[in-house]
Amino acid sequence: MNKENAVTVKNVYKNYGDVEALRDMSLNFPKGELTSLLGPSGCGKTTLLKIIAGLLPATSGEVIVNGEIVKDPGPDRAFVFQDFALLPWASVIRNVAFGLELRGVAKSERESIAQKYIGDVGLKGFENSFPHELSGGMRQRVGLARALSVDAQVLLMDEPFSAVDEQTRRKFQEDLLNLVKDQNKTFIFVTHSIEEAVYVSDQIALLLPRPSRVSEIIRPTSFKNKDVDSIRRDSEYLDIVDRIWKSLRSYVE
Amino acid sequence: MMGRSLYLKIISAVVVFGSWEIGGRSGVSFAFPPFSESMVAFWVLVADGTMFKAYAETLKPLVVGIIISGILGIILGIWIGLSEKFDWLISPIFIVMQSAPLAALIPLLIMAYGIGLTSKVFVVCIMAMPVIVLNTSAAVKNTPTNIKEMAKAYQAKYSDIIIKVILPASSPIIFAGLRLGVSAGFIGAILSELKITPTGVGDIISFSRSIADYPSMYAAIFSIILLAVLFLNILERTEKILFKGSNQGYVSD
Repeated sequence: MNKENAVTVKNVYKNYGDVEALRDMSLNFPKGELTSLLGPSGCGKTTLLKIIAGLLPATSGEVIVNGEIVKDPGPDRAFVFQDFALLPWASVIRNVAFGLELRGVAKSERESIAQKYIGDVGLKGFENSFPHELSGGMRQRVGLARALSVDAQVLLMDEPFSAVDEQTRRKFQEDLLNLVKDQNKTFIFVTHSIEEAVYVSDQIALLLPRPSRVSEIIRPTSFKNKDVDSIRRDSEYLDIVDRIWKSLRSYVE
Repeated sequence: MMGRSLYLKIISAVVVFGSWEIGGRSGVSFAFPPFSESMVAFWVLVADGTMFKAYAETLKPLVVGIIISGILGIILGIWIGLSEKFDWLISPIFIVMQSAPLAALIPLLIMAYGIGLTSKVFVVCIMAMPVIVLNTSAAVKNTPTNIKEMAKAYQAKYSDIIIKVILPASSPIIFAGLRLGVSAGFIGAILSELKITPTGVGDIISFSRSIADYPSMYAAIFSIILLAVLFLNILERTEKILFKGSNQGYVSD
């Protein structure tokens, strides 16, 4: 538990006019781990993620990434979007390399980096395809490769699997577990799926709305080192899923 | 595919010119000669060089006007699309320009700029620019927010967002506006020659009408349509080369 924190959120408030989206939110995200932000809709989880990304300014409070206060998007964070946010006119390889292109990396260099990550996410052979030629799952793999290729320390994932079908989603979850293990990166993962959060997370921050707050932090322990196939049968896994549902139930209309 | 669209084009040409021929022969009016007679007149005008001399005159205001409208129109359109204040300030001018009865305004233009080239260029611009500006600004305003946000998350500079995201995303609609603007510019060029001073193709039209040489009049009108179609085709080709892939459709489903 004494791990260093890659991201620290300190007393963050966010108001949209009169609406209070976040109130006094404080959270730590340990380095090298995957933390899920889980909660019913309207609990401010995407808002928090965008504040960490530097896409939204907090009304007050601060976000610290690797010792520095976040003001804008930075090279230490990469974002994976719920709706993929690919450039429809650009080929897969240009989309994957787009983050590097914006940083001014030379074409041949960025394409060779992109090539590697396209292979890593299993899209080899689709380099010159266009997004509309790919399935939803493949499009999100492009989004993931783009985030990995900029080699940021923190990966921010906004419900990345909610727009892909159930089977692809399971595959993605398994891949994500391996990714967390292999890459020494910190993942912040927004989801509304309880099972998904428990399955992939080292730490789950349960957010509750009205007013938005962290109600509980859960750290699954016993099944973390188990093989991906047996996690869903683990008794701790099932207990945590049950427990989260009991706290969330009253907030779901 | 290509063959089929060519067939359809030929069929449509046969139907249009066939009905023109039949209409002309059935004697609707003395002022409506059949297609064949107009074509003969067309060849005569081409063969004796009248047509080329006429276009040397007509193309001057047309080309100058379209270049000004195209460049200025797209720049203004982008600016309007990006800035709400500028939109508030400038848009109404073009909305008024688009609906103003131009023929009634021509005397004003003549008073201000005389009967020379300047007035004619103005007429072309007044016809062509509003649709270019309004289309461009609408396209820029409607750039999908998700890809703009993505670029921001990957630290795009403002200029990168404009050049690498907004422009390619808007290019199909900008070019649609450009095509409409060019067509309107053709109308403007002829209108200016009919209303300001009879030169070029406008001169052929008004002169042959005054001596009741209707086939020549229709031949001149036909030549304008022919040139406009040719020009629009070239524009379309240019668009395909310049913004390869922008017509790939948006990935939002």
